Amino acid sequence: MKQRRFERRHAADWQAFAARLDRLEHGAAPRNAAQPAPLPVAELPAAYRQLCQQLAIARSRRYGRSLLARLNQLALRAYQQLYRGPQRRWQAVLRFLTADFPQRVRADAGLFWVCAALFYLPLLGMGLAVHQAPELIHSLLSPESVADLEAMYAPGKTAADRDAASDLAMFGYYIYNNIGLGFRTFAGGVLLGIGSAFMLVLNGVFIGAASGYLTARGFIETFYTFIAGHGAFELTGIVLAGVAGLKLGWAVVAPGRSSRVESLRQAASGGVRLILGVAALLVLAAFIEAFWSSNRTIPADIKYAAGAIGWLLVSLYLTRAGRRAP
Amino acid sequence: MLQPTPALLDTIRRVETPEGVELSLRVAGPVARALAWGADSLIKYGALWGLLMALAVLDQGGFGLWLIALFLTEWFYPALFEVYAGGATPGKKALGLKVIHADGTPVDWPAALIRNLLRAADFLPVFYGFGLTAMLCNRDFQRLGDLAAGTVVIYRDPPAAPPRVPPGPALPPPFPMSPAEQQLLIDFAERSLTLNPARQVELAELLADATRLHGITGVERLRAHARWLVGDHA
Repeated sequence: MKQRRFERRHAADWQAFAARLDRLEHGAAPRNAAQPAPLPVAELPAAYRQLCQQLAIARSRRYGRSLLARLNQLALRAYQQLYRGPQRRWQAVLRFLTADFPQRVRADAGLFWVCAALFYLPLLGMGLAVHQAPELIHSLLSPESVADLEAMYAPGKTAADRDAASDLAMFGYYIYNNIGLGFRTFAGGVLLGIGSAFMLVLNGVFIGAASGYLTARGFIETFYTFIAGHGAFELTGIVLAGVAGLKLGWAVVAPGRSSRVESLRQAASGGVRLILGVAALLVLAAFIEAFWSSNRTIPADIKYAAGAIGWLLVSLYLTRAGRRAP
Repeated sequence: MLQPTPALLDTIRRVETPEGVELSLRVAGPVARALAWGADSLIKYGALWGLLMALAVLDQGGFGLWLIALFLTEWFYPALFEVYAGGATPGKKALGLKVIHADGTPVDWPAALIRNLLRAADFLPVFYGFGLTAMLCNRDFQRLGDLAAGTVVIYRDPPAAPPRVPPGPALPPPFPMSPAEQQLLIDFAERSLTLNPARQVELAELLADATRLHGITGVERLRAHARWLVGDHA
């Protein structure tokens, strides 16, 4: 069959097909009155298979490239309408937080301990070193930053020093900074895991140095009552961001029986779910840090108790949640 | 005689569908994507600047809200558009680009998040250094985020269709032609209208041995054969 006859025979079908795709892609009907009536939605799959066959015929008969491009485009658009993933619902979010996320953490328990070591060992080491020799802090922080750090935790300030507006400002800052750091830790994993490991060690060193210094300076109550509340969520969040990142790195370094790209793709699909759980943990941490930790009217004992409960909750959540079938 | 066209060095990615037909996707290169990124940056930071001015009336608390907006924009602006606006941020839309899975299906949330969170790694060490290196190392121009997410950036629309061969006499070719040769001749007839006359003649001269015609009459003869081949002689 000659190309023109083929075109004439199917032109009306293709127009109705394209009109249906326009509606599906843009929601409402376009105002163009000249458009033919669209194909009923129920007939789209059958019409799509027919179009695929017409495309194959047109290719094997070597019809002109412009016709092939046109049919290819129609088939591609219909393919994207038919083969889309299921739409996520709120139920899926809930299930993710109550079961899927802790299950994924447990599945990567080995990586979790590696990341915990990469974070807590530098933290403890640096903390002890700076506690013994407080001047070491100057190898990490400028004199101005040290002065800021001291001013933040100097005893004697009252609750009046921070009002609701500044709590909100700090909440915004913790969201922007802490979750951003978590995401960067994850992203750095794709560089053979080096970026994630670096971020874990760096965070450990800085947090350890600040803790050691403030302890040596004797700001014990102001500092530890501040970090007690959100510590469990934030520190665990940092370690888990490292887990998500090292998953990517390990997939590239040791892909096993698949290609490196394929192995990276599979690891990324799990890793992105981990990092979403991390983001949820860090939002919770930022909320506690901005609105609870900063409140100096709460007695120290209550803050320490809340901190202990936080650690208990995090460990119970990560070890127990999602063990029973829903 | 005419040679069948060899495999071309092009940027077409072929995807086989469950219906057993191959679809071709035109993958977009670094320049178009960088322009789209620039347009998106203008939109993002323009909007953030406006928001900063508007939230300034709220003083410190307003700044906190703005930082949250900054965080959301920095990490989720592209993913949001890629999932809910047909695979394209406003910048990509302006450049006629869209993001899809490498198998041709629309991007979903996990893939959009992976490619946009890993943007932070692509950006290293300076200004998308790793991203560009990765793009130049694979034939689908995927940056690290695309490789991990299994996505590609393609041109949304096919190139503009060439004009149809104007009506005129139709002549059967002087000898039987293979399908590949027929396609080549039709493509020439369609594309010739977008070429200048000297170039049309130059290309038609390649077949002067077969047509035994020179100059513009040679071009006309090839168009007549093309009309006959597509069936325009009704």
